[in-house]
Amino acid sequence: MEIPAIVGAGLVVIGAGIGIGRIGGSAMEAIARQPEATNKIQTAMLIAAALIEGIGFAALFAV
Amino acid sequence: MEKLISEFSLGLFFWQTLIFLGLLFLLRKFAWRPIMAAVQEREDNIENSLKSAEQAKKEMEELQAKNQDLLKEAREERDKMLKEAKDAKDRIVSEAKTKAKEEADKLLAQARQDIHNEKQAAVGEMKQMVASFSVEIAEKIMKEELAVDKHQKLVNTYLEDLKLN
Amino acid sequence: MQAKLLKLLALTLSLTIFSSAFANPSEPTEAGGENDIKKEIKQDISHHLQDSYDFHLFTDKETNTHYGFPLPVILWDGGLHVFMSSKFHHGEDIAESNGNYYMLHHNHIYKTDAEGTVKYDDEGHIINEKPFDISITKNVFVSICVALMIFLFFSGMAKHYKSGPLPKGFGRLMEPLVIFIRDEVARPNIGDKHYRNYMGYLLTVFFFIWFLNMFGLTPLGINVTGNIAVTFALALITFVITQFTANKNYWQHIFWMPGVPYPMRIILAPIELLGVFIKPFALLIRLYANMSAGHVVMMSLIGLLFIFHNWFARGAFLGLTLFLSIIEFFVALLQAYIFTMLSALYFGMAVEEHGHH
Repeated sequence: MEIPAIVGAGLVVIGAGIGIGRIGGSAMEAIARQPEATNKIQTAMLIAAALIEGIGFAALFAV
Repeated sequence: MEKLISEFSLGLFFWQTLIFLGLLFLLRKFAWRPIMAAVQEREDNIENSLKSAEQAKKEMEELQAKNQDLLKEAREERDKMLKEAKDAKDRIVSEAKTKAKEEADKLLAQARQDIHNEKQAAVGEMKQMVASFSVEIAEKIMKEELAVDKHQKLVNTYLEDLKLN
Repeated sequence: MQAKLLKLLALTLSLTIFSSAFANPSEPTEAGGENDIKKEIKQDISHHLQDSYDFHLFTDKETNTHYGFPLPVILWDGGLHVFMSSKFHHGEDIAESNGNYYMLHHNHIYKTDAEGTVKYDDEGHIINEKPFDISITKNVFVSICVALMIFLFFSGMAKHYKSGPLPKGFGRLMEPLVIFIRDEVARPNIGDKHYRNYMGYLLTVFFFIWFLNMFGLTPLGINVTGNIAVTFALALITFVITQFTANKNYWQHIFWMPGVPYPMRIILAPIELLGVFIKPFALLIRLYANMSAGHVVMMSLIGLLFIFHNWFARGAFLGLTLFLSIIEFFVALLQAYIFTMLSALYFGMAVEEHGHH
């Protein structure tokens, strides 16, 4: 039985979602711990999230 | 992926690159350079102003410290002068005192000496006078040796005279 | 603050209503039109996402008239062919130019003959020859307009600085963004020493993408940044700038990673080399996917307004659309920011000096 490619894409999207969620959550914690570093944390968070998002999209378009 | 590639339009890509590069070139020349320069200049200005304000404050503080020092110095000088003056006064006063005392002592001694001398002289004179009186009395006694009563009376009279003297 | 928010809400609402009016002007009139409407919405969405050869605003179905204006078609096919797209009559006619015949089919121009012969392969794809096409399409037209607008805005803003240290009007709104790009994007990622060289590119790309994104939210039905060719062009420029301004350290870190054992260096080299291409690829895919996904979601929600006959559902979807519109305003800015940020990050990697190894 062949697994459709879309299932793989879905898995990647789930992974990316978990990843971005974790990044967001960790960033929130970090900001709560060090509010004075909010800007730096936000920037780092956005970059990491953007890179993971890119992978998610790549998987979607690979289908 | 296939869809993406089929969607890719070479014409759009060509124009987009052209438009963007053109925009980049124009904006760099006519917008970003002057804007960044102006913003930078403004920031430099602000920074410089702040710095010079800080500098002025520092200088002010330095000046104030200097003033304080000067004031302190002046005060010390004054204190010193005052002390010196006081010392001088004390010295002069004590000197004067000693001198006066000395003078007084001297005068006293002189006076004593004078008194002594006078007394000596007076005593001498008195002695002489007493002697001469005695001689006179003796003389008189000699002259009036006949009457003892008379004699006695005479002596008393002369003694009285002496007393009066 | 509250007044501003209210204004923004009002603006979004009006835009949304306009969008819906333009997106699908025909109300369901016949019974059983449900399927037709669904199909129409689907078609509208896919048309909206695609580029087109004319600036189409809306179509009046009853009289079958299209409102909008044609744009020039420029083809290179053994010679230059320039004509207005009105010659196609929205794909109904075959256009003739200097003895060559062209036809428009699903937003693609194919070469054909005077009779308009169409050849298909076994799978039903058209196999007619495609001429090299550098037409001023809708997206190109909008890009030119936006570029012109940005240029006028910012050169005007630059002029204002000559009269005083503070910007006026429009510049007052934009200056914090310019400073933000400088202080929060360029400086920390590229470094104090080199960031000046990249400021022009970063600012241009940020405002260009942002303005195009914002225009995508207007009811004009523009979707420039949701085109793979557009994001590819932008990412390619980032890529080229990165490679051409890279220093020795950068190349050394790719081909001969210092500080790791020799066998590892050989393994790392192809991975790093692949990374060089993956980075801009991620850049172009992200922007494209985010923008087109946003448009699809927005248009689908607006489409739902026409599918539901229940006023409660319509109200709910109107609210949802409104909410998403506001989110999209934010996304428009965020995507421009992330593109700029990632570009700055790549530039930073290219000029980084690894003195500490």
